[in-house]
Amino acid sequence: MLLRSDPPMAQTLFEKVWNQHAVRQLPTGQTQLYIGLHLVHEVTSPQAFDMLRARGWRVRAPQRTFATVDHIVPTSSQSRPFADAMAEQMTTALERNCREHNIPLFDLASGRQGIVHVIGPELGLTQPGMTIACGDSHTSTHGAFGAIAFGIGTSQVRDVLASQCIAMTPLKVRRIEVTGATTPGVYAKDVILTIIQRLGVEGGVGYAYEYAGDAISGMTMDERMTVCNMSIEGGARIGYVNPDDVTADYLAGRPFAPSATDFDQARSRWKSLASDAGARYDDLVRLDASEISPTVTWGTNPGQSVGVDDKISNPSDINSLSFMGLLANTSIIGTKIDVAFIGSCTNGRLSDLREAAKVIAGRRVRPGVRAMVVPGSQAVRLAAEREGLHEVFRSAGFDWREAGCSMCLAMNPDRLVGNETCASSSNRNFRGRQGSPTGRTLLMSPAMVAAAAVEGAVVDVRQFLGGRR
Amino acid sequence: MSDSSIHSVSGRGLVLRGADMDTDRIIPARFLKTVTFDGLEHGVFADDRESLRAAGARHSFDRPEFAGARILLVHKNFGCGSSREHAPQALYRWGIRAIVGESFAEIFFTNSVMLGLPCVTVKESAVQTLMTAVDLDPTTELLVDLVHDFVRVGEQVLPATLPLHAKDAFVSGHWDGAGLLLERYEEVEAAVARLPY
Repeated sequence: MLLRSDPPMAQTLFEKVWNQHAVRQLPTGQTQLYIGLHLVHEVTSPQAFDMLRARGWRVRAPQRTFATVDHIVPTSSQSRPFADAMAEQMTTALERNCREHNIPLFDLASGRQGIVHVIGPELGLTQPGMTIACGDSHTSTHGAFGAIAFGIGTSQVRDVLASQCIAMTPLKVRRIEVTGATTPGVYAKDVILTIIQRLGVEGGVGYAYEYAGDAISGMTMDERMTVCNMSIEGGARIGYVNPDDVTADYLAGRPFAPSATDFDQARSRWKSLASDAGARYDDLVRLDASEISPTVTWGTNPGQSVGVDDKISNPSDINSLSFMGLLANTSIIGTKIDVAFIGSCTNGRLSDLREAAKVIAGRRVRPGVRAMVVPGSQAVRLAAEREGLHEVFRSAGFDWREAGCSMCLAMNPDRLVGNETCASSSNRNFRGRQGSPTGRTLLMSPAMVAAAAVEGAVVDVRQFLGGRR
Repeated sequence: MSDSSIHSVSGRGLVLRGADMDTDRIIPARFLKTVTFDGLEHGVFADDRESLRAAGARHSFDRPEFAGARILLVHKNFGCGSSREHAPQALYRWGIRAIVGESFAEIFFTNSVMLGLPCVTVKESAVQTLMTAVDLDPTTELLVDLVHDFVRVGEQVLPATLPLHAKDAFVSGHWDGAGLLLERYEEVEAAVARLPY
């Protein structure tokens, strides 16, 4: 049950956090792991609460449980009842479940609503050294803080509600060292797309990914979140970055973070959780950040991507390429788009909107392109408006929406129609993901989406940043 | 679905070709707009099936010879992507009682265990053998033996693997482990007392 590196004093963060939360070895051989923070949303929880009710169980630790609505909320009119009766029913169910079990709910009226992986960090709920579970695969996002955070299904949501524990087998740890500096126009999104391209969409199964190296430690928390968010797209249920002063500085002063009097102690405890020099890894991969160019997916999984300087070469998956209407040995540059989407738990934070706004400022969305910005949270939206970013986007022809998951997974009215092609800052280019069975998704950084919106086609964002246009 | 031990699953096979089959394809997000899991069987591969119908072709889940099949045959990284338990729930409710494939995504695998749906791993060549046999004769009976770790088709016995904890869970009948986590709760409380937060 307890994990030990050799020499015994040198441990990875994964080992330290796992050992701290391991309760006992179960008869099945798995570990009973205590969950320090459970995040809940409207789509994967109603059945879990019903299962709880059927057995007459209560929520064991409501003080460690927090809920919000994000997946299904409309991002245009949010007046209740919602136009979509199912959205209304699911939201009502969550409200009732939270009331019944004394779970704090950050609802639309709270000013704190947003995508669960955006609000956890911004409220300071997410902290280094925690175990964090949520019925959503992008829970890996919270690993950016040096937490062990992972997605679970609805039956396990029930387990965590009932026992605040989970049965789990420890993972191996792969250290991914990204060294050197990215060049202008290359963002955290390009780094993680490149990692997934190299290691494959199944490469991370059985592993937690530890992202390290000066390119990672030089990133802001927003950027680290983008990287950790997409760990699951590489098959890794968990991805994390070792906590440092950047982590602690981000958390200082946030509503649920330790108070000023306790903060210095928290800071040193958090930093002590970082993997020790000499800790043993099950695998080590190195990447040079300076070699990464703006990256765009050409296929129907997030590992199928290409740098804008390269050609789509020898695709292993011809079906995906033809689904996307693309040809081998061509550049992704020039691919026409119909929709531009900026948002999601991958790239819906304030810094993402700032980078996109820099590109779009003083320019116009190409006529015929439907473009929208969906802030990751109400707080992100408000902060962006204080900086006037909404005016930048609106005057360029973007729709400025309310917070939610929106067109990342199309559970609300925001969706593709027919075989529209979408330049998207989200995380999944699966067939049908954005709401149309024949819809096509091109994943890229928010700045690249903004550039594509202007051009009406995929374009190298670096042309927009150098003042050449 | 209540706990009961599962030693083996037998029945006809359903051939589903293609690697990296994600859970958005298994059950598109619009079918998640429900507060229960009832009726999810109608959403299984809905978009893929509709696209093929429109093209005058038939998806495996629409082929009459596969109606009533209990064992799904798949390639690698089946169930990747979204954590939605709706995916294995939909397959189970459609009638699938075991999945045999080259490999499975972690969250999908765990979700499947939780509802008593074994996912066993076999070599790529074994998947080919099974698919070929079922394609040739869809009435072929397959046997997935969870106790002795093999899949049998006709005279051929193909080695299969299942993590020990999952095997124990199915064979003991305690694959729904919620009760287990509530036993000896004083040990949980002791662990919580040691936490710095």
